[in-house]
Amino acid sequence: MGQQVRIEVNGTTHEREVDPRTLLVHFLREDLALTGTNVGCETSLCGACTVLIDGEAVKSCTQLAVQADGTSVTTIEGLAQDGELHPLQTAFHEEHGLQCGFCTPGMILTAVDLLNDNPTPSADEIRQGLKGNICRCTGYHNIIKAVQRAAEGGAS
Amino acid sequence: MFPANFEYFRAASVEEAVALLHRHKDAKVLAGGHSLLPIMKLRLAEPAALIDIGHIHILKGISHHRNGIRIGALTTHATIARSEVLQRECSLLSDAAAHIGDPQVRNKGTIGGNIAHADPASDLPAVLLALGARIQMAGPAGDRTVAASDFFTDLLETELREDEVLTAVDVPAIAESAGASYLKFEHPASGYAICGAAAVVDMDGGSCRSASLAFNGVTAIPHHAVAVGDALAGSDISDEAIAAAIEANLRIEEPLGDIQASGEYRVELAKVYGRRALQQARDRARS
Ligand SMILES: Cc1cc2nc3c(=O)[nH]c(=O)nc-3n(C[C@H](O)[C@H](O)[C@H](O)COP(=O)(O)OP(=O)(O)OC[C@H]3O[C@@H](n4cnc5c(N)ncnc54)[C@H](O)[C@@H]3O)c2cc1C
Ligand code: FES
Ligand code: FES
Repeated sequence: MGQQVRIEVNGTTHEREVDPRTLLVHFLREDLALTGTNVGCETSLCGACTVLIDGEAVKSCTQLAVQADGTSVTTIEGLAQDGELHPLQTAFHEEHGLQCGFCTPGMILTAVDLLNDNPTPSADEIRQGLKGNICRCTGYHNIIKAVQRAAEGGAS
Repeated sequence: MFPANFEYFRAASVEEAVALLHRHKDAKVLAGGHSLLPIMKLRLAEPAALIDIGHIHILKGISHHRNGIRIGALTTHATIARSEVLQRECSLLSDAAAHIGDPQVRNKGTIGGNIAHADPASDLPAVLLALGARIQMAGPAGDRTVAASDFFTDLLETELREDEVLTAVDVPAIAESAGASYLKFEHPASGYAICGAAAVVDMDGGSCRSASLAFNGVTAIPHHAVAVGDALAGSDISDEAIAAAIEANLRIEEPLGDIQASGEYRVELAKVYGRRALQQARDRARS
């Protein structure tokens, strides 16, 4: 039995019927073909699937699409405005905050939420803020530097 | 990985949620989903129906109530951690909530779900025991309330009946003369408590008026070490007095053991974290 949902994603409102057991990440990737949101661990630990729901970072593998009914979702595809990268995207680029890039969408969206709450985080606050995001490649060092650089540039 | 099929209902009010639970056998309440969905994805739980309470706004928020503070069941850990009222009047709870999991988990996980799920590794149960919190529930026969110390009945089992909704948690304001501390030895990936110790110490000048100490993670249900608190009441609560009270009075039966930590190790952790939490609570009371 399908359930009607109305979810705004990156500024566009989508009205769909979904199977209630559909996870938000699958709704985004399969129903809307927005494959920037990655599926890593599937067990709520790695943060690769993080998106913003009404501005708050949420692991979309641990959320049903029906729970997001009536909300506004931002995925990595929605961050750049008019062809201009978001300052966090630029900072990750410039500081080499990624290698394979798999964790990057989740890292950046979590960092957006972090900088909204705390525009001038210390290195330790950035580490705590990114605790729910795992990177297999970078050793985190450049990720922290990227978030610091974006914060210095007033990224939020 | 996704859950098995279930029927989905969205409740617009507590009454509707109770009615839906009453009508549907094998139904589960869905709050933030951060304990329920992971186990449903692993097919460790296959409820026939989910009653989504996520849109019942009256269940969200923090307000003064009688002599204490009422926290709606749907209030997220992030909201609790940021609450100025709690930081001022019951910092034990806001501090503990700030150390749950990670930011994404705190944005979705709720206080009601945390205690209804009754995971022994959760942070809030011991905190609520140490505070002497009360749990509010609504069911077909009306509302009822139980002390946190009576709420947890067994591993993942609570006082909540199948057709009841947990509506709120009431905590007392911590006295001006008291201090509190929550310390945990956490699992490095999830942040769950392998051993967590919550302490509240009320001082009367140089002597301890009362002390309350409770643990997460060590036993199937959170352990309230009442005898340790009783032994400290009236003492000078010096480091030596704390060590002696724990040595003589901390009796933990049937500790949990698993791949992360044996039962014996958890009992040792409880002694150390219990001591440190009491010391920190005492020092905060004095400062
Ligand atoms: C990666 C990860 C790390 C975590 N780390 C920690 C940690 O360090 N410390 C910690 O304490 N917790 C941790 N958690 C758990 C987190 O706090 C959960 O959010 C919380 O335990 C459950 O809240 P929920 O709102 O998500 O509940 P749900 O998952 O929606 O529900 C959990 C259970 O409670 C029942 N329920 C929920 N609300 C009600 C209600 N109002 N009335 C009746 N029944 C209800 C449901 O039916 C279900 O059985 C972690 C979770 C994850 C995924
Ligand atoms: S895929 Fe969602 S947290 Fe890893
Ligand atoms: S860049 Fe490869 S996982 Fe982070």
